[in-house]
Amino acid sequence: MAVRPQSIKVRVAEVVPVTPLVKRFRFVPLAGGLLPAFSGGAHTVVEMHDGAVVRRNPYSLMGSPDELDSYQISVRKVEDSRGGSVFMHERVKAGDEMAVSPPVNLFAIAWDARKHLLLAGGIGITPFVSQMIQLDRSEMPFELHYCIRNDDRGPYWRDLQQRYGRRVQVHRAESGLGMDVEALLVMQPLGTHLFVCGPGPMIEGVYATARGLGWPEENLHSERFQAPATGAAFDVVLRRSSKRVHVGTHESLLEAIEAADVEAPYLCRGGACGQCETGVLACDGRLIHNDHYLSAEERAAGRKIMPCVSRFEGRELVLDL
Amino acid sequence: MLVSGIKSRPVYGTLAPNEQARLNIVFADGEGALAVLAMKPAAPTAFWARTHVIYVAGGSAPQGHFAKLQALGTHSCHEAPTIASALPRLKALLGAARMGTQLYLAGTEPLMGEGMRVAGEYGIRHQSIRTEHRGSLARRVQCVHCKGITESVTTNIVPCAHCGLHLLVRDHYSRRVGAFQGVNIDAEAPGQLPKVEEVFK
Ligand code: FES
Repeated sequence: MAVRPQSIKVRVAEVVPVTPLVKRFRFVPLAGGLLPAFSGGAHTVVEMHDGAVVRRNPYSLMGSPDELDSYQISVRKVEDSRGGSVFMHERVKAGDEMAVSPPVNLFAIAWDARKHLLLAGGIGITPFVSQMIQLDRSEMPFELHYCIRNDDRGPYWRDLQQRYGRRVQVHRAESGLGMDVEALLVMQPLGTHLFVCGPGPMIEGVYATARGLGWPEENLHSERFQAPATGAAFDVVLRRSSKRVHVGTHESLLEAIEAADVEAPYLCRGGACGQCETGVLACDGRLIHNDHYLSAEERAAGRKIMPCVSRFEGRELVLDL
Repeated sequence: MLVSGIKSRPVYGTLAPNEQARLNIVFADGEGALAVLAMKPAAPTAFWARTHVIYVAGGSAPQGHFAKLQALGTHSCHEAPTIASALPRLKALLGAARMGTQLYLAGTEPLMGEGMRVAGEYGIRHQSIRTEHRGSLARRVQCVHCKGITESVTTNIVPCAHCGLHLLVRDHYSRRVGAFQGVNIDAEAPGQLPKVEEVFK
């Protein structure tokens, strides 16, 4: 079981507005020198100290994997979220000290692919920025289809088109010319791997189309940055640590566990990787599963929960932590 | 003793039609034809119309399986005298194929080994291939010393067809080469061999 990775102290070197809703942050290591290496598609978990609350949100590293003197992330402001992105947008200034996790890659390039077909929706562009640098260097064929609302709302599309030319296709939803996923998937050569990052419904739609066209699971890759759902506050008992922990409305179960100084494993913090899987010892109430990891049978059995995104409603929940 | 239970040993399944696939490529030899024919009840006519078959009869030629494959009404049905001579056609089909193509391999281990190796060159992962083992368990063995391939090995110990060393046939399977590994067994006392047994019939 992975222990919580050691975080790295960094200074915010620069905050750049990219679109009305997106800002880019550049972090340099406080200790100087170089940051840990990462590969295209990797993310880091940024620690935000908002008063007494500590939030940890994952963001794709979007700089070049070859330039390790700084990390860059882009954050889209989501007004009525739990406040992680609002905190980044409104409170974080150049010069601030923060902490980030060593990079983790759950969306790595498929080295045996004969072609990479990359589909991005909005801020879902971020993991592809570093992936494309690596694919381009390795002279591996790729094609990016980037869905944005309109020219002003899509971050980076101009830069990317300039850098990669025809390999970057922009689809503007407001112009009525959305992306025709089926037409696109039908013509892909054998050995193509599909990577999709964007809103949940986009990922699900693309997967359903691909499966319907006979694409094998091995060739489908997705990354979703799902903010943990908010919900009614509840209490949880951690049996091995003998602690009772309160989980607030805007706090995830994982964050509450961390705030109680109990070590809990995680990687994606988005309900996708399975790393945070925790045993449910007793449950008098209803588990609210918000993850994409547990199978229908596992959910029905009610013996496991993914604390990074899932919650509880009822009288008593006891976890094996 | 053979080293068993090694993970690299391929696991074969039972053929089933992938009805989502827009194109099917079936590569089979010998009794593998029976595995293809066994899909008939589950596969609609439209499935066969989207299917190419390449068949190597080998020792099963007298049974006339090829005629039954031809009767399936496939898009194409081709017979080749040997696995090696069938590969150019397999490569041509894969080379022109798009995503949504399902590959099926049925028959002997050498056929499936070669099929998987070639499929890998076209970016198909072995997990996405449907396979069924039928017929002889004879192995394709690569000598770890001279890298030469010895075909149709049925015994636990075999002289390498290239360098002549006595090889113990292991369960270690290389997907890249499409062969089991053979390691010299009498290096310390040449000629002193354990009992040679026919184990891969
Ligand atoms: S940390 Fe990945 S599923 Fe919870």
